[in-house]
Amino acid sequence: MAKVPVQFTLNGSERAEFVESGATLLTTLRDRMGDTSPKGGCHQGTCGACTVMVDGELRLSCLTLAETCEGADVRTTAGLANGEVLTPVQRAFEDAFAAQCGFCTPGMIMAATALLERNPKPDRAEVIEAISGNVCRCTGYEPIIRAVLSAARANSTSAA
Amino acid sequence: MAKKRGRGVAAVNYPTGMNLGGDPTQALVHSTPTGGIMVTLSSVDLGQGLRQIIAQICAETMGVPTDAVTIDTADTDTGPHCMGTFASRGTHRVGNAVIQAAQEARQVMLEVAAEELEADPVDLETDGVGNIHVKGASNRNISIFDTALAAHFKHGRSISGRGMFLVPRSYPETETGAMKPSTCYAHACTVAEVEVDDETGEVAVLSIKNVFEIGRALNPKMVEQQLVGGSWMGISHALYETTEPYYPKRDHGGRDYNEYLMPGPGDLAETEIAVLERPSGDGPYGAKGPGEMCANPQIPAVANAIFDAVGVRIDTLPITPERILRALKQREAA
Amino acid sequence: MKLSKSYFADERDDDLVEVGQSRQRSDIRGHVTGKTAYFGDRTFPGLLHLKMVRSPHHHARIKRIDTSEAEKHPGVARIVTANDVPHNLYTILILIQVGPEDEHVLAVDKVRWKGEAVVAVLADTARAAEEAAAKVKVDYEVLDPVLSIEDALNPGAPIVNEHHGRNYYLYDSGECRKVRFGNVEEGFASADHILEETYQSGPIEHAPLETSGCIVAPEANGRFTCYTNTQAMFFTLDNASIILQMPGHKLHMVGGTVGGGFGGKVDVTIEPIAILAAKLTGRPVSFIYSREEEMQVSSPRAAEKLVIKDGVMNDGRIVARQVTAYIDAGAYSRHSPYGAQKSAAHFPGPYTIPNVSVDSYCVYTNRTPSSAMRGFGVTIGDFALEVQMDKLARKIGMDPLEFRFINAYRDGDMKAHRQLTEGAALIECMQEVSIIADWPVDERFMAMSSRTREN
Repeated sequence: MAKVPVQFTLNGSERAEFVESGATLLTTLRDRMGDTSPKGGCHQGTCGACTVMVDGELRLSCLTLAETCEGADVRTTAGLANGEVLTPVQRAFEDAFAAQCGFCTPGMIMAATALLERNPKPDRAEVIEAISGNVCRCTGYEPIIRAVLSAARANSTSAA
Repeated sequence: MAKKRGRGVAAVNYPTGMNLGGDPTQALVHSTPTGGIMVTLSSVDLGQGLRQIIAQICAETMGVPTDAVTIDTADTDTGPHCMGTFASRGTHRVGNAVIQAAQEARQVMLEVAAEELEADPVDLETDGVGNIHVKGASNRNISIFDTALAAHFKHGRSISGRGMFLVPRSYPETETGAMKPSTCYAHACTVAEVEVDDETGEVAVLSIKNVFEIGRALNPKMVEQQLVGGSWMGISHALYETTEPYYPKRDHGGRDYNEYLMPGPGDLAETEIAVLERPSGDGPYGAKGPGEMCANPQIPAVANAIFDAVGVRIDTLPITPERILRALKQREAA
Repeated sequence: MKLSKSYFADERDDDLVEVGQSRQRSDIRGHVTGKTAYFGDRTFPGLLHLKMVRSPHHHARIKRIDTSEAEKHPGVARIVTANDVPHNLYTILILIQVGPEDEHVLAVDKVRWKGEAVVAVLADTARAAEEAAAKVKVDYEVLDPVLSIEDALNPGAPIVNEHHGRNYYLYDSGECRKVRFGNVEEGFASADHILEETYQSGPIEHAPLETSGCIVAPEANGRFTCYTNTQAMFFTLDNASIILQMPGHKLHMVGGTVGGGFGGKVDVTIEPIAILAAKLTGRPVSFIYSREEEMQVSSPRAAEKLVIKDGVMNDGRIVARQVTAYIDAGAYSRHSPYGAQKSAAHFPGPYTIPNVSVDSYCVYTNRTPSSAMRGFGVTIGDFALEVQMDKLARKIGMDPLEFRFINAYRDGDMKAHRQLTEGAALIECMQEVSIIADWPVDERFMAMSSRTREN
């Protein structure tokens, strides 16, 4: 099968790979670039576990062709923390006990991170809307919603 | 046409562990030269947090901080047999096996410390933060770090223990069904409040109030996770979930998360949880297995609330808007 | 969450140090940073992808399997058929002496449900495996399917599974697991009211975010390492050992970090065939269910039908309860004979009833085999029981919560399966619900205790 070159920034580092034409961003990240933080729960855009950010916008990496990310800024959950220092969203997920099996967590955290970047003070309805493309089977969602709201509060406190 | 409210109650119990027993779990515990406590298992963590709970159980028994305990599990080359994580058995079965192993390891640890302190092992106690001392004389003490070093390099002792837990298998009597299905049961009672739209048949669960009796909350925040998630799944079972909505017809089976329905984050009931503890006689520190039970009482509670709201009984799961509308229509026709 | 410490306070030591503390989960940092390693997060050079060719029919005879076109497809490494499986006929619970072996790893002669595994295709990429799988030609002679419990139990119904010879599991107690306690007929005769109702459910899927799967790596020493998300490591290893006729010490299972289970990962439909494929090809093999396979091919919770007949007195006492439970196992046993047994043991629920009769059937149909799920053998039974309790209360004009207090089991009560009740706490749960849900009950119920009976 024909290979195509793709080059983009992944969590701040320049990355280049030859991938099969038609390869998804998800398989490229996981199998070629060693970033397994996006998860493949359905490979058809219905679960949200593969959610990443491309040029600041949320994307389902299982439905995104790697070739379309040429030159883009790709961010995943693996790149959020600064060493041992977590982002407010990550900290809030820990504090709220908002993960059980953890498989949906990286996608949830990307959805929450994108929300707080465009809307630092979301209300509950906005949080719900922001994570409504991400399925969780363990938590019943409530701890996740609370975590995101609490991260938003932490944001506004630190900004003040 | 209106939105009508109703509420319903349900009460349940649930057995802990594989039905009829006969489901063994083993554990090994040992200390590293510097007093790290290793627990070796072949048990599986599905997300309920088995590793953390087992670490706390081991720490309690050994008399060390939880942080000092490392769980090495689910490698069949190193971990002794565990029947598996199912049937609400993980905490109960694995916990008991680990307690037995940790007691044996603790005994060796105290014997070594006793030699070092020139005391009798029965006179020693752990302080829970990494030291062993003579009861009533905290100045006669030795750290677990030094005890482990002494055990390894001076006394040639292995601070280790083996644990095994097996509820003997029960064989039902063929004619009467006399049997022992389980050694302990968890309990629950749930009240659901719903609003039913009698024009669309849609049900909104407004609130769900659950009381769970779980033996012992070994880690309250973690058991809360499981109980809240279970309560959500119970509501989901009541109103949404099936792979074959027209069973026994096989049509319209959900193949993905678009077609297989469940409540999303915008469909949540106001959820309240209260936990009671009646320690079980044979549970690790009294724990029972609540992981399955916590998803059961919501289903009949919601069904009963729907009847309370609109006066029709849906005795087939899931209770879909279509089934409610058909029942309402049938009642009108009658 | 409210921890109500006032109940049973005298039965509890509150001097524990580590137990009872809400310490943070040891795995949480991995979860929030995306570092938690699930089985599928490993990569192996030369990895083969396994795609299963599945039956499109509920019930059919296999006339001919032609894999020649598929074998020629670019990237295909190997096609595996039933002939390649050393011990193709198996059943999971044979390990605890619950037989007979009744299911083929890969179908032989017949398929008995839509989705049954027939041929495994191994290729360099998932895409090539899928394309080649589409080129496997299987000629079927379609047979009449049995799709409902009623049809299965009709005299003269086609036999779903010849290894049972009848469309229900044969227990040592006969066609069902039985519980007999007191005399239900006498109980019904003495009752003020009789209520007989039927309850049903459709199959339910666990739908974990992470689909079932494994990756198998052949090792240089002749062993096979299987990275799996099974819920039961040795259950899987031991069954794989039997199916592959391979000593257990050749097998090495690594797992324990699972993206949700709920009972859906206790079957052994994945690891044995993947290990076999690794053995046949000498290459690492990945077999991971697609989302559609997870939803429609992996075992669901069984559909059930329950008939409950109760005799109740005007004062609220239930004097007789008869339950007939039918568990739709689908085409093969898997864990269903155990589930129907567990169901029989659960009735009549957490209530003390002097006359009880239970018949629990494990029924075979041409449907996706059902198996364990959270609440196995109990969840649907509890739905039926507790809706029935609501109906009974309303029938005698009693508050549904008070009605349950009257019948709740207490320590020392004899259960229908002849165990003395101990450690009961239903009454206290109901008392607490009465408070938090603002559902007042008569003070005599608030004064009750699970530990004693009044008078």
